[in-house]
Amino acid sequence: MKGHLVKESMSLKLWRAVSYIVLIFFSLLCLFFFFMLIINSTRSHYQIQQGFDFLPGSNFISNFKKVLSEDQFPIGTGLLNSLIVSGFTSVLAIYFSAMTAYAIHVYNFKGKKFMFNFILLIMTVPTQVSALGFVDLVNKMGMRNTFYPLIIPAIASPVVFFFMKQYMDSSLPLEIIEAARIDGSGEFRTFNQIVMPIMKPALAVQAIFTFVGAWNNYFLPSLIIQTKDKKTVPILIANLRSKDWASLDVGEVYMMITLAILPVMIVYFSLSKFIIAGVALGGVKE
Amino acid sequence: MAFGKAKRKSKMVSYAKWGYIFLIPFVAAFIVFQLYPLFTTFYYSFFEYFKPQVSDTFVGPNFVGLENYKTLFTNSKILVYLKNTVIMWILGFIPQIIISLLFAYWFTNNRLNLKRTGIFKSIIYMPNLIMASAFAMLMFSLFSNSDTGPINSILTMMGFSPIRALDTVGGTWGVVALMNFMMWFGNTTILLMAAMMGLNYSLIEAAEIDGASQLQIFFKITLPLIKPVLIYVLITSLIGGLQMFDVPQILTNGKGSPNNSAMTVIMYLNLNLTSRNYGVAGAISVFMFVICSVFSLIVYYFFSRNSASSSLRKKV
Repeated sequence: MKGHLVKESMSLKLWRAVSYIVLIFFSLLCLFFFFMLIINSTRSHYQIQQGFDFLPGSNFISNFKKVLSEDQFPIGTGLLNSLIVSGFTSVLAIYFSAMTAYAIHVYNFKGKKFMFNFILLIMTVPTQVSALGFVDLVNKMGMRNTFYPLIIPAIASPVVFFFMKQYMDSSLPLEIIEAARIDGSGEFRTFNQIVMPIMKPALAVQAIFTFVGAWNNYFLPSLIIQTKDKKTVPILIANLRSKDWASLDVGEVYMMITLAILPVMIVYFSLSKFIIAGVALGGVKE
Repeated sequence: MAFGKAKRKSKMVSYAKWGYIFLIPFVAAFIVFQLYPLFTTFYYSFFEYFKPQVSDTFVGPNFVGLENYKTLFTNSKILVYLKNTVIMWILGFIPQIIISLLFAYWFTNNRLNLKRTGIFKSIIYMPNLIMASAFAMLMFSLFSNSDTGPINSILTMMGFSPIRALDTVGGTWGVVALMNFMMWFGNTTILLMAAMMGLNYSLIEAAEIDGASQLQIFFKITLPLIKPVLIYVLITSLIGGLQMFDVPQILTNGKGSPNNSAMTVIMYLNLNLTSRNYGVAGAISVFMFVICSVFSLIVYYFFSRNSASSSLRKKV
């Protein structure tokens, strides 16, 4: 009996060792390409052409300055544009999704069940399939090459709605709303001043996801935005890719990719625990 | 609890109009920016409507019936592009589901009792939030075809001969699949983990007492119990995979090279949209809409069967 236990714990130790090794391997795989990115962004065009080196170079600042003064791919403007679009998208998506979820969570009205089922149904319909009509509509509304068509549609975000609804099911007791009514609070005021603060954790999680989603979005913005001064980061990256590779300063290329990726990476690693809890909670992130 | 809620709700009938008022923004935005464009997309798929390269004005729209669909299925390689898309999805999905199941099992196994799992989870989830287009540009640069490109110079250092991955069909598919794998296995691990943590542990304990091996417990108890979540992961991944665009688009500069092998359906749609070939673009959209709708319906039934609440709650 005792021998059996010892053997058991030996094989358990072996399994533990194996699992650590496999976990470390895949973690390194995830980090490896980004490690190469950071290293290459510190090296000059000439150094990179000589082959890869695991030690960083000293050209980080000069690559950075070169990229910022680059006129062909205005990455500074691009970052600002991306920030504006993603920021507004995120605010609209969480506020109006919470409002929609609130309507269905709190009120009883005819068609409520239909509405809920309908939103569930459209949750997984890809936006690409209506892109043609969308571009056509944007042209007819005279909103081509503006940020509005990238931001305003976020008001109807089924996935964010679903997350908010789930959060309300678990943490928004209807007694609070009744109490507010008895105290004479109007419906909008109850929503804005009492419900929204309770929703803060859910709002924060979805703010991050919608921000990152908009930040990384390439397909629709590339069909709407035309001029250099309005381009968001993913469009600039695509422009960079379409240039003749041999004519580019490779150090600058890596620096541009770094600038596109780094902001999200920094936010992510400072909030990763919170974000991962959010992923597990939602279960419906596409 | 549920009864109390239902009773209380029934007293609120007088507030019904507020339900409609709070729904206005969502419904309005949905109709204007999603539903109406969907209808016009369908509408244009039956029309001749394009801008010739040399001219500034559009031809059409002239009604042509099913002509665009005929063109799509006889004169284009839409089915090849669909096949490419599915192949690249499968190549990424198979390792993804295997590794995710393994990691989720390890992370939730009490006997194994791994430490510092938070760090691993943070790292493997990270690629999911990376801008796919920038990631693709990075992979293009690292795998770039010169013999002294970063990946090739590491291969040379290790004594291998340099490869020209992006010149071959297999290599391009491999890079796309690798990226899809890296971007999604962390996400899937966390979803499966949440499902496994929701399982009733006493079942597993009972099986252990009855002498079941860890392998038996995994295949006979854990897997069957998380089957609904597995189906959800499979179908949402498939829907996402069918929409594959950013990665192959940037990696191959929209060309789907070599020899159209990495051209996906949405890349082809994008090509027709940017060249203002709206009739055919409409037909491609309808084709995709039909395929995705079928899978969306499955996800919908999955959710509504699970009382439309979290799929990841405790269920035994």
